[in-house]
Amino acid sequence: MQRSTMDLWVGLFVIAGIGALLILALKVGNLGTYSEAQSYTLIGNFENVGGLKIRAPVKSAGVVVGRVMDIQLSTKTFDAIVTMKIDNRYQFPKDTFASILTSGLLGAQYVGLAAGGDEGMLKSGDKIMKTNSALVLEDMIGQFLFDKASEDDGEF
Amino acid sequence: MPRRIVIGIRGIGHRVIDSIWRLGYASRFFMLTLLKSGTSMRRFSLIIRELYFTGVLTLIIILVSGLFVGMVLGLQGYETLQKYGAETAVGTLVALSLVRELGPVVAGLLFASRAGSAITAEIGLMKVTEQLDAMGMMAVDPIARVVAPRFWAGVISMPLLAAIFSAMGIFGGYLVAVVLIGVDEGLFWSQMQSVVDFRFDIVNGIIKTCFFGVAVTAIAVFEGYDAQPTAEGVSGATTRTVVTSALVILGLDFVLTSFMFRGVG
Amino acid sequence: MTTETLVEIKDLNFSYDKRAVLKGINMTMVRGKIIAVMGGSGCGKTTLLRLIGGAVTPSSGYVKVADQVVHELGRDELFLLRRKMSMLFQFGALFTDLSVFDNVAFQMREHTDLPEPVIRDLVLMKLHAVGLRGAHNLMPAELSGGMARRVALARSIALDPMLVMYDEPFAGLDPISLSVIGNLIRRLTDALGMTSIVVTHDVHESLKIVDYVYFISDGVIAAHGTPAEVRRSVSPFVHQFVHSEADGPVPFHYPAATYATDLNLESSFA
Repeated sequence: MQRSTMDLWVGLFVIAGIGALLILALKVGNLGTYSEAQSYTLIGNFENVGGLKIRAPVKSAGVVVGRVMDIQLSTKTFDAIVTMKIDNRYQFPKDTFASILTSGLLGAQYVGLAAGGDEGMLKSGDKIMKTNSALVLEDMIGQFLFDKASEDDGEF
Repeated sequence: MPRRIVIGIRGIGHRVIDSIWRLGYASRFFMLTLLKSGTSMRRFSLIIRELYFTGVLTLIIILVSGLFVGMVLGLQGYETLQKYGAETAVGTLVALSLVRELGPVVAGLLFASRAGSAITAEIGLMKVTEQLDAMGMMAVDPIARVVAPRFWAGVISMPLLAAIFSAMGIFGGYLVAVVLIGVDEGLFWSQMQSVVDFRFDIVNGIIKTCFFGVAVTAIAVFEGYDAQPTAEGVSGATTRTVVTSALVILGLDFVLTSFMFRGVG
Repeated sequence: MTTETLVEIKDLNFSYDKRAVLKGINMTMVRGKIIAVMGGSGCGKTTLLRLIGGAVTPSSGYVKVADQVVHELGRDELFLLRRKMSMLFQFGALFTDLSVFDNVAFQMREHTDLPEPVIRDLVLMKLHAVGLRGAHNLMPAELSGGMARRVALARSIALDPMLVMYDEPFAGLDPISLSVIGNLIRRLTDALGMTSIVVTHDVHESLKIVDYVYFISDGVIAAHGTPAEVRRSVSPFVHQFVHSEADGPVPFHYPAATYATDLNLESSFA
């Protein structure tokens, strides 16, 4: 095998390999919409996170703006402390409302942010004051049955 | 009877000591390879030559198997997902399985059986025909001149091959799902992109392949260098390379996966 | 002619595990000569070469090459010494992944910073010396046994060593190639002023070309002398060896219990 032919093949191989890596990164992994380096942290306390998982998306108006990084239980208030990384491009007012929502009826759960009207913006490490827990299906059914029962009571 | 038991216990002890000794010997060899890598780093043409043999010659089997694995995944995934009306998620399924597990593992196994066995056989034959001794007598260290370039070429090729495998597989899944079956192209890609995470899925997959590359080539060069200088010795060493590599890849894959995706799921 | 000693071996002992291979060898090898070391298969001839090359360490005694005790040298000093000696392996040990040209150029590229045109001229000169200048583009797999041996010879003289060791240079060669190699060893030794140590069991070819012969049997030197002395020798071992007799001081049978005992003849009739 001639030296130059070999070099050519190896060059092609390396280019193909790096090309495949780039395809994976850009076309499949969608690198660029979300980057850890340019992000800030927000914390929210929830009474109940339901089935929220680490790495679940954080969405505002349906747009992914960040990800859940950590979920822990506070030993003082026995709330769940959810740490989120939010893309630097998106800033939220201080009275932003965070709730745990479900995509579709039985889909995965995510954190939804609804912006308020405050002038000041949340900074890295800030805590979101207004939160709404996950809707737990069992609780909902229980509530529904309870309401139905009380309605029936009223009729009599 | 007690004598038999003693002999049995002695046999176990002998095997354990032997295998620990061999493991230590292999680790020492691995360290020596790393220490003596200076020559191949200075003369990169040595590595390029080996890249041709480990990388380019493995490319065909990687391309073909990647394509077919992706096509099968696409077909099976579609069959199952369409029952739940979620056939657009087939892209996600193909991409996640390939990038996280199948790409690194299957490419690693193929790499071990194509390139790893070739490395072992080549170094083993160089030993049989006294080429390594001859090199030593010419005041050229065979570990620096023969082993290190092959090791580094393997370490470089493995992640590239796995990436090509995964990309090819996703293309195969696309062919089956979008071109043949007619799943909506836009949804195929956007579903995939919304779920596959660059940091957690792709980078972790690449990290895995790097580990596999180091493990397979380290095993291959060691088995070759350590082979008994006979025909049976070399063929035995080649077999050991493939078997040990396969076991190490699967074991490492479990360990790495449990570290990487801990707390997820 | 100089009578300076190049290799001196003193009370050399070597054993693999507990099996003694060499027992108290003494040799003196003079610069510019061809010295043959002969003996039956497995008598430790190759081990002797490995000891001179510093590939193995003696159990006791020493090997001195150019006034340096080989096994006491550090790795770097040993590699420096090895650049001045070379070894022709039994079947050539050509690098199968390199062409004939690259094989001969190997040491020049590894150990010198010579520019490529100079290397090219040197390689072609070395190949010309063994008559294979026209074969420089071939791969080792395309060579016959005798040609491969000649290429290996060219490779071993690539850096003009002071000492070349030949491990069975005549093994497996046809009579023509055999005398070609023999003559080459003689001619190159004289022309380059180097010293040659030929380990062989081919008595007739080697007696034609060498200056001095050592016979090793059972780990000790059984006899030594110039070829003329050896031919006239009355030592039973040398006589057996030179005249290729099947039985003699070197027994046909490997040591064993008596034939009758092994076949259970004694016990069954007892």
